[in-house]
Amino acid sequence: MNLNVFDFAAIVPSIPYILAGIGVTLQIVVSATILGLVLGILLAICKIGKFADLRWIAQFYTSVFRGTPLVLQLMIVYFAIPQIFGINIEALPAAILAFGLNSGAYISEIIRAGINAIDKGQMEASQALGIPYAKTMKDIILPQAMKNILPSLMNEFITLNKESAIVTVIGGLDIMRRAYIVGGDTFKYLEPLMFAGLIYYVMTLVLSFLGKRLEVRMSRSD
Amino acid sequence: MIKIENLHKSFGDHEVLKGISTDIKEKEVIAVIGPSGSGKSTFLRCINMLEKPTSGIIKINNQVVTEKNINKIRQNVGMVFQHFHLFPHKTVLENLIYAPINVKNVSKVEAVKTAEDLLRKVGLYEKRNEYPNRLSGGQKQRVAIARALAMNPTVMLFDEPTSALDPEMVKEVLEVMKDLAESGMTMIIVTHEMGFAREVADRILFLEDGKLIEDSSPEQFFTTPRTERAKEFLEKVL
Repeated sequence: MNLNVFDFAAIVPSIPYILAGIGVTLQIVVSATILGLVLGILLAICKIGKFADLRWIAQFYTSVFRGTPLVLQLMIVYFAIPQIFGINIEALPAAILAFGLNSGAYISEIIRAGINAIDKGQMEASQALGIPYAKTMKDIILPQAMKNILPSLMNEFITLNKESAIVTVIGGLDIMRRAYIVGGDTFKYLEPLMFAGLIYYVMTLVLSFLGKRLEVRMSRSD
Repeated sequence: MIKIENLHKSFGDHEVLKGISTDIKEKEVIAVIGPSGSGKSTFLRCINMLEKPTSGIIKINNQVVTEKNINKIRQNVGMVFQHFHLFPHKTVLENLIYAPINVKNVSKVEAVKTAEDLLRKVGLYEKRNEYPNRLSGGQKQRVAIARALAMNPTVMLFDEPTSALDPEMVKEVLEVMKDLAESGMTMIIVTHEMGFAREVADRILFLEDGKLIEDSSPEQFFTTPRTERAKEFLEKVL
């Protein structure tokens, strides 16, 4: 093994450029997660609700987004929106939209399972007090479900943080894309790619740590 | 104040309630007893529509209970469950004030004041900032009673309120219920506590196989039951 192949000195000037990708990646992931969470809650409520049409739509939505590759969904959003609506969409909003729509499908399944795991006595106690369905969901059921599913949601967030690297295919200037560009400029791909890997790894560690902290805080009532 | 006419309830092919009719007057304390599977709990849960009756009419305060007005009616019908069902993510005080504030639009100051008075009454004022999981079963059930009372209901339904409690905690809950009965609350209590039923109830409803087969004073029911089935039941439980 020849360790002399590594030449990290050559990419030192490019480090700030690659690091700037963290902001882009986080922007995509955080926005997409918020979109996914809102969508996931709505879909989950459709799935457990009493309207057969809404149940069917939510299930079909989930099966489509879980049954096709994420990179395909991303490219469809990026290339098809201009074709259909005649408006150009930048890489960043396209990524947020595609990842948000996709994680909405996964999150809705997590939330649905979380809601179903809540003792049905909670719903009954709330109904018996005359609390309307929407408020029961918002203030009684969902807060309890959210606490139980927090580890799964955090996991989804971390997965999305890594998978967001495929935004490279539509030219979004995230960590991954920048590492690739630096590779092209310096003719050294190994070093910038390894550096990008290190950034993703550290981000994952930090997110896991924050997730644990949040879990501890939310378990006050245990 | 509660009128039940020919109440039927089936779960699929299984008919649990086979036509129950009765009137309950204001301030009356009713104990509903009977063997397990006789439909006692289903009967109680039909009154506030936690179970939707298959047929029959329920009137509360001269209003026919329907799916449309049920949320309004439930505000006046408190319910206490066997397994408490306190909201675990809310403190004791928050459990008591949530519904008054969010359903009846009571101001927070007023809701807190009412809640604190009720907690004093059930002897749990010191626990107001605890979460339910820190409480014993008996304490949880007393909080659950206070939570129902916080809505200032005109009638209280109790679904086997002491059945999930350790024996040493039964008394503290029954004491609270007794005080409530003495204060003039209309109460319908599904229970296995025969001593309590005999002491506190004005009337005993004995259910058997989905039918109301005895409706009498505690004195008469416990000394000279009219039906063979009630006699057998009492021999087993007393």
